[in-house]
Amino acid sequence: MSENNKLLNAFLAALGEQDSNEIERAEYGVTTGWDSMAHMQLIGEIESTFDVMLDTDEVISMSSYQRAKEIVKAHGIEV
Amino acid sequence: MALKFDLSGKVALITGSTRGIGWAAANALAEAGASMVLNGTHDADLIEQRAQELRDKFGVPCDIFMGSVSDPASVKRCYMQIFSRFRRLDILVNNAGVLSDALLGMISPEMVENVIRTNLFGCIYHLQEASRLMGRNKSGSIINISSIIGRVGNEGQAVYGASKAGVIGLTLSASKELASRNIRVNAIAPGFIKTDMVKLLPQHKFEERLSSIRMGRIGRPEDVANAVLFLASELSSYITGQVLGVDGGMVI
Repeated sequence: MSENNKLLNAFLAALGEQDSNEIERAEYGVTTGWDSMAHMQLIGEIESTFDVMLDTDEVISMSSYQRAKEIVKAHGIEV
Repeated sequence: MALKFDLSGKVALITGSTRGIGWAAANALAEAGASMVLNGTHDADLIEQRAQELRDKFGVPCDIFMGSVSDPASVKRCYMQIFSRFRRLDILVNNAGVLSDALLGMISPEMVENVIRTNLFGCIYHLQEASRLMGRNKSGSIINISSIIGRVGNEGQAVYGASKAGVIGLTLSASKELASRNIRVNAIAPGFIKTDMVKLLPQHKFEERLSSIRMGRIGRPEDVANAVLFLASELSSYITGQVLGVDGGMVI
């Protein structure tokens, strides 16, 4: 599975049923299901999937799928 | 039958773990088989000596992390180290604390800053980072060391009492937030325990406090450590959001 698909799956696991095409436009507080509880679940999914530990600043600033990609990339993973 | 307090395969971090309650708790968890991370701020030689004692006595891995609980950057580094070394954390004992007494009119801003930063901010920073690492495995136990003073108060201990009452508030809220991820959060409220802090008391104060304990003796750090072991183990697997008094029936 590609790293990008792994990230998509992490989002789907945390946010519940979503159109996978819509995930790439997902935004915190806007996309249905992406509330603060789902956000912490998402962080856990991403950390487990990529075996990384995110910084608190990264947790707070992960406001969209695109931003999540940037953050994961900053940990050396090519998504 | 597997012992329900067996902690083999678990990783435990104890803040302020070189003396008193922290050191007793470290012994209890290591004896139960947990891999340990000890934390201290000032004395690198002492903490390394303590770690070696645990390795020799119980044959468990034991890491050390030097750093202040009140410095959020240092706390982050602590968890990066645990993640790099163990990839997990199962037990956090938020024990590091300072005791500083003063009557209301004599409380300085510096004292407030120091006590609240160490006793409360430190707990918050550690709980925040620990819960994320525990969340990866969807299990964990966080044990915050509060105080009887945080429950019932005492003259001359307004700031200390506020910090320890804050620890209880933190425990209650965090337990609600983390229960769905199977992370339990409880507090222990020790009474009068024989630690270095007690040695600073004048004799008449010591006698006065001793006389207020229904069981007629001062508590031992091991009495608190036993409660830590209980809350860290499977024996307490359905217990969260509780404050467990370990005080021998002390009345203030």
